[in-house]
Amino acid sequence: MAGIPHDHYEPSSNGEKWLHKRLPILGIAYDTLMIPTPKNLNWMWIWGIVLTFTLVLQIVTGIVLVMHYVPHVDMAFGSVEHIMRNVNGGHMIRYFHSNGASLFFVAVYLHIFRSLYYGNYKAPREVTWIIGMLMYLLMMGTAFMGYVLPWGQMSFHGTAVITGLFGAVPFVGESLQTWLLGASAVGQPALNRFFSLHYLMPFILLGLTIVHIWAFHTTGNNNPTGVEVRRTSKEDAAKDTLPFWPYFVIKDLFALAIILAVFMAIVGFMPNYLGHPDNYIPANPLATPSHIVPEWYFLPFYAILRAFTADVWVVQIVNFLTFGIIDAKFFGVLAMFGAIVVMALAPWLDTSSVRSGRYRPTFKWWYALLVVDFIVLMWVGAQPAEFPYDWISLIASTYWFAYFLVILPLLGVIEKPLPLPETIEADYAAHYAPKTGGTKTIVNPAE
Amino acid sequence: MSHAEDHQGTRRDFLYYATAGAGVVVTGAAVWPLVNQMNPSADVQALASIRVDVGGVSEGTQLTVLWQGKPVFIRYRTAEEIEAARSVDLASLPDQSAENANLAGVVPATDENRALPTPEGSDAPEGAWLVQMGICTHLGCVPLGEQGDFGGWFCPCHGSHYDTSGRIRRGPAPRNLPVPVAAFVDPTTIELG
Repeated sequence: MAGIPHDHYEPSSNGEKWLHKRLPILGIAYDTLMIPTPKNLNWMWIWGIVLTFTLVLQIVTGIVLVMHYVPHVDMAFGSVEHIMRNVNGGHMIRYFHSNGASLFFVAVYLHIFRSLYYGNYKAPREVTWIIGMLMYLLMMGTAFMGYVLPWGQMSFHGTAVITGLFGAVPFVGESLQTWLLGASAVGQPALNRFFSLHYLMPFILLGLTIVHIWAFHTTGNNNPTGVEVRRTSKEDAAKDTLPFWPYFVIKDLFALAIILAVFMAIVGFMPNYLGHPDNYIPANPLATPSHIVPEWYFLPFYAILRAFTADVWVVQIVNFLTFGIIDAKFFGVLAMFGAIVVMALAPWLDTSSVRSGRYRPTFKWWYALLVVDFIVLMWVGAQPAEFPYDWISLIASTYWFAYFLVILPLLGVIEKPLPLPETIEADYAAHYAPKTGGTKTIVNPAE
Repeated sequence: MSHAEDHQGTRRDFLYYATAGAGVVVTGAAVWPLVNQMNPSADVQALASIRVDVGGVSEGTQLTVLWQGKPVFIRYRTAEEIEAARSVDLASLPDQSAENANLAGVVPATDENRALPTPEGSDAPEGAWLVQMGICTHLGCVPLGEQGDFGGWFCPCHGSHYDTSGRIRRGPAPRNLPVPVAAFVDPTTIELG
C-alpha cells in the first residue's frame, strides 16, 4: 500500500499463520495502522479522527434514540419530549445527538478548508477529494432529514423550503417534489421516509469513510509542505515518515480529548445554543415562523441560494438566454449546488503545480479572503432578506465562484511560487533543529 | 471454451446483447415499483373537496383553512384593497398570468380574473372575496397577511411581497399565489376542490 516502501505484516504465531492463509484480515489491519505517515503533519491533520469519532457517536446515540422515537405526525413531537423528560438519561443522549451534528460540521469544514489550503485535492489525491465531497453532500442530506424528525415548527417549514428547491427544477419540478414528499405537501409520508433514510445514510457514510481512507492510503497522505514522501528506498521513506501507530494515533487522541472537552461543555451547559427555540413548538402547517433559518451549518449555502434574485442582471441574462426556463428560483438552486460542484472540481481548476499554500505568496491572500467569505456567507445567511444583506450575500456569493472559477486557474499561471524544500526531512529539520547542545535555531518559513 | 474476447461468432454476440438487454429490462422492472412506492398513495391522492363556512368572515379579515395538507387563504377584502389591486399597471407584474385554476388557459393577471365571483344574495361587493393558496411560490413558506410593501402578503422566509390580489410584486417568488378550484355553493359557503 501507499507505494511508500515499508515493512509489511508477517504472521508470527501458528494461529496467525493459519488465519492469514484463509483471511488476511490481520494483515490489512496491521498495514492500515502502521501506514507510513509524513512526520511533519500539523494540528490541522486531526479532523479526520474527529469526524470518524463523531460518525460513530451519531450512529450509537441515533440507534438508542430510535428505541423511543415514533415517526408519526401526531406523536413525533411528543415522543421527542418523552425522550427529553421520561427516558432514563434520554435528554443527554438526545443533546449529544443534536450537538453531535454541529461537531460533525465544525470538523468537516475545518477538514475541507485544511485541504483547500495545503492542496490536498491535487493529483494524485483527486479521488479522495471527490469521495470526500460526496460524503459532505450525504452528511448534509442526513443532517437535514434528522432535523425534520422532531416535527417542530422549524422541522416542518424547513422541509417545505428545502423540498421546494426540487420544485424549482423546470418541467419535472412539481412531480419530483411530490415524489419526494409522497404528497402535495409535507406530512406523514415525508416524515416516515425521512426517518427511514436518516437511519440508512450514516451507514453509507461509514462505507464511504472506508473508501476515503483506502484512497489516501493508496496515494499516501499529503503534508503541510505538499512535497511527496521519498519512495526511492525504505530508508529514505523512513526519514520522511513515522508509522501511524503509535505516533499519530496518540497525537490525534490528544486533540480529540481537547475537542471533546469543549463539546461536553456545550452539551452540558448550553445544549440549545445552536438550535432554534421555534423547533420546540409543534409543527403547524398554517403558520410559518416569522424568521425561518436553517441550522448554522447550512447558512453559507442558504445565503448563496437566496442571493440571486430576479433583479440581478446575471439572472436576467440567463433567464433571457434560456427563454425563461431558468428563472430566478431555479438559478438560486443551481447556484447553491453549483457552489459545491465548483469546490469538487478544484483539482482540475487549480492550475498551480505547487500543492501547499505555504509556498504560494499570492494564493495565500486569496485563500484568506475565501475563509472570510465563508464566514460572511454564514453570517449573512441568518440575516433577513433585505438591504444591505442582499448586496452582501450577492458579493460574497460572487467571490465564492470567482475563487474557484477565476482565481485558482489564473494564479497557477501568473504566480511565482517560493522555493519548495527538497524533502520533508529537510523541512522538518529546519523547523526542529536536533538538540545537539548548540544554539537551537528555529526557522519559520513563510507562514 | 473459447477466449472471452473472441468476437468471431455473431450468434454469441447476439446472445450477449440479448442477455444484457434482458438484464436491463428486468432490473428496470424491479426498480420501478421501488421508485413508484414513494409517489402519493391512494388515500393521499383521493381528491378531497371541503366546504368552508365563511359566514363569520367580516370585511378586512382573513380565514385560513387547511385543504389537502396546504393552507388556503380566504379573504374578504376592503374597498381600498380592491381599489389598490385594480389600479395596478398590468405590464409591471412579474407574473402576467392570473394563475386561476377556475379559468381555462392563460388569462391576464387582472384582479377581476383572480377574485372569486360574489354569489347572488350576498351583501359583499363584487370582487370582495379572494381565495388563494397560502403557499409562497418561491419555496413554500406560508406568507403573512396585511404585510409587505404592497399591503397584501409578505413571505418572511426570503422576502417576497404580494399585493392585495396575491400577485407577486417583488422578491424571489416567480409566480402569483395560485387560485385553487373554488366556488360558492350558497352565499356563505365556499367549496374547495
